[in-house]
Amino acid sequence: MNRPLRRVAAACGLLMVLLLLNLNFIQVIKADEYRNDPKNARVLLEQYDRQRGAILVANDPIAFSRETGDKLKYLRIYADGKIYAFATGYYSHIFGRSGIERSEDSILSGNDDRLFVRRIVDLLTRESTQGGSVKLTLNADAQKAAYRGLDGRRGAVVALEPATGRILTMVSSPSFDPNDLADHNGQKVTNAWQRYNSDDQSPLLNRAFNQTYPPGSTFKLVTAAAALSSGRYTVNGEVPGPARLDLPLTNVDLPNYFSGTCTPGSQTTTIKRALEKSCNTTFGAIGMDLGDDVLREQAEAFGFGERYEVPIPVVASIFPNDLNAPQTAQSAIGQFDVRATPLQMAMVVAAIANQGVLMKPYLVEEVRAPDLDVLSRTDPEELGRAVRPQVAADLASMMVSVVENGTGSNARISGVRVGGKTGTAQVGNGRNPHAWFVAFAPADNPKIAIAVVLENGGSERQIEVGGNLLAAPIARAVMEAILGR
Amino acid sequence: MSVPAPAASQVNSRRTTELFLLVFAWGISVAAYANAGYGVTDEWPPGLAGYATTLGAYCLVAHLAVRQFARYADPLVLPAVMLLQGLGLALIYRLDLDEKNPTERSFGPLAPRGDSGIQLIWAAIGILLFVAVLVAIRDHRVLQRYTYTAGAAGLVLLALPALLPAQYSQVNGARIWVRFSGFSIQPGEFAKLLLIVFFAGYLVVKRDVLALASRRVMGIDLPRGRDLGPIIVAWAASLMILIAERDLGSSLLFFGVFVVLLYIATERTSWLLFGVVMFVSGAYFAYSQFAHVHRRVEIWLHPFDPDYVSDASYQLVQSLFGFSTGGILGTGLGQGRPNIVPYANTDFILATGGEELGLTGLMAIIVLYGVIVHRGLRTALAARDSFGKLLAAGLAVIVALQVFVVVGGVTRLIPLTGLTTPFLSYGGSSLVANWALVALILRVSDAARRPAPPPTPSTEAETMVVKP
Repeated sequence: MNRPLRRVAAACGLLMVLLLLNLNFIQVIKADEYRNDPKNARVLLEQYDRQRGAILVANDPIAFSRETGDKLKYLRIYADGKIYAFATGYYSHIFGRSGIERSEDSILSGNDDRLFVRRIVDLLTRESTQGGSVKLTLNADAQKAAYRGLDGRRGAVVALEPATGRILTMVSSPSFDPNDLADHNGQKVTNAWQRYNSDDQSPLLNRAFNQTYPPGSTFKLVTAAAALSSGRYTVNGEVPGPARLDLPLTNVDLPNYFSGTCTPGSQTTTIKRALEKSCNTTFGAIGMDLGDDVLREQAEAFGFGERYEVPIPVVASIFPNDLNAPQTAQSAIGQFDVRATPLQMAMVVAAIANQGVLMKPYLVEEVRAPDLDVLSRTDPEELGRAVRPQVAADLASMMVSVVENGTGSNARISGVRVGGKTGTAQVGNGRNPHAWFVAFAPADNPKIAIAVVLENGGSERQIEVGGNLLAAPIARAVMEAILGR
Repeated sequence: MSVPAPAASQVNSRRTTELFLLVFAWGISVAAYANAGYGVTDEWPPGLAGYATTLGAYCLVAHLAVRQFARYADPLVLPAVMLLQGLGLALIYRLDLDEKNPTERSFGPLAPRGDSGIQLIWAAIGILLFVAVLVAIRDHRVLQRYTYTAGAAGLVLLALPALLPAQYSQVNGARIWVRFSGFSIQPGEFAKLLLIVFFAGYLVVKRDVLALASRRVMGIDLPRGRDLGPIIVAWAASLMILIAERDLGSSLLFFGVFVVLLYIATERTSWLLFGVVMFVSGAYFAYSQFAHVHRRVEIWLHPFDPDYVSDASYQLVQSLFGFSTGGILGTGLGQGRPNIVPYANTDFILATGGEELGLTGLMAIIVLYGVIVHRGLRTALAARDSFGKLLAAGLAVIVALQVFVVVGGVTRLIPLTGLTTPFLSYGGSSLVANWALVALILRVSDAARRPAPPPTPSTEAETMVVKP
């Protein structure tokens, strides 16, 4: 029996060798892949062993980590969570990260290469590694004013500093509380997640960056810019201004929101007057005259068609392709398939207020090491020239006139000259239009450019006045906060 | 003239070597226990001295029993077993400490705390049984007399959980328990030993008939039905019982041991081919007919499938993550997060070892099993009687197969089946039965290595020699 016994012994040896080879395969060859797999709960627990860096507004932390007694050693806490929810994002051990928590994760977690030397020192001194902090460009007062102004209604506010592109305000409403998702109790987090996701108001949707709306009459600024840039139109030159504009190829007309011609008793008007009164017929006619390619180029010069990372990703705004004449007329007044994010419309106004120069929007002011050394500071970056300085100046003065003499009366601030433009975007299907207001102030030295949108905010009867009635007061409150009024 | 066999006293029994190795195993085990406690709590375990004394006493009792009752037994087996036992206790203790932690628990089901204390008691019972076997069975050939008794008893024990109502026998889907008043054992673990005794005893009697008396059918030599009948019946019955109890791992073990012993006894390779064909067809049948087998195979093939990963294959995937997190050197005892893997202290104790002791530690553990199997098979080779050969071979092979199935399962080499890791896993029945198994190996080994009694001096012999 010894011969088969020896063979069995060899076979048993082979089995052991197979086990050893497989262990080497898993623990050496596949080790890195498995170890860093996001489904590996250890990766997450590891992260909670380090003190994650804070997210700051001015010098106040709006997100920070506090030590707890449990195994997830640090709990993420959000001060004024709902107000800053879409800037900070959430940090959840079950549902991952969003917002700055995600975009700036490497610095907040301490994994960033710029912190490498500190990590080595920490390792040697057996200190636990700390994350660096991120200071945002947001203005606390403006942020609060915008949140209060939206008052839980669906909508968004984005404000920029025209000269730099710093994002001063970024609020989406309704909001969520990131503290609910950062809780260490898995059941609580899952419940909150389900509650937010099943809410038909979509409180997890960032309407400022990730939602596009028809911009409505606020897009007339882009059409006006294209007209003035073409050299064929001037601010006070004669342009068509009928009560109804005949659209070729169709048997429908494009009417003004109010009955009547732009200038009473005349079939013509000026661009200035048309913008003050937000005449559809004038801008429809100009749009058809310029053609869709010219409008698209102008829109793209203002930033349409691009995705941005601020560093939170922002979806692209769209000016559609291959339009016929009536579609071009509709697009020229911000209807048809034109879609814009609130950030995009704030960028249009910012470029007008900044003598035509479009700045790249950004949300991160500074990145700091755990010991508060500044590791990097964001430098303003030019994206390009949207319009010539003279055209920008013309547009700006017309916008001041909109507030002072036209539809934007609710944005007036005493002692400050404000430029603005209302918009009321029809969405069809019998739903209420979106109310828009874009503005900048002060006119002579702009410190803020802002876009406000309220979803389905206006009513069918309040066409056009919806923007002034509902959105303009919010814009004014935010501007007052920035200007210290 | 033949050379006279050396006197018993001249053969080195190697008991001192064993003692030295036991001290080594004891030292490593106590250090691991202390390290695990320090790693988790940053303090030395409160009962360290008591623990060291207890484990030392275990070593001493086992050693003295071998010295007294199996003097010539292999000196490597007991230290290897004791080291595995000690490492298992350290790992279970380490997992106990983590159970106090509320957050980590949300990543896996809750296990009762204080398992290491219970396991320490089971180890004591195991070692007492070890001693009892050595004392009671002074010659392993005695067992051969109980061939059929062992077979019948084995089958009854195996069938017991299937016959009991589920409330007394079912835990986590497998009906392999007997539970009464807060106490539970797996009779199958003991049935394993009895059935090996039966296989060995039966085959040793029938091996010549099985090997020689055969009919040739389609070019293959088949034994006569009446020779093979009883063993086929016993084997098939055990397989059916195990299938009824959903104990896939044990089915595999019984099948493997049965085929291997048949091959050793008859020296016919055709049995192996036969076994492979039957295994493949049986496995395919189970795969296509039983949903739970099908599921195991699917999980094995696609563990990272999003449909499985957070549910069906969660355990396997987290186990793989544990192994890879440990890497080559491991995180160190108490420094990893092994409790993420559900059933970390029973079926998946190797994932705990893999995470905290690393590839290095696991390879050492595999090699320890290799030593036990190797010494078992050497005992079989050296045994002077056929029954002893088959018994030792059966015991060694079942350890080898069990280790292969368990380690292969948790590392995704083969589909996962729920089996304990001998001496490491938390659980009394398995531990106690395996201590009895070791005692049997040592018993055969003692007989094999014992010097032959000196020939009776005879003057008559000389006179018979025809001198030229």
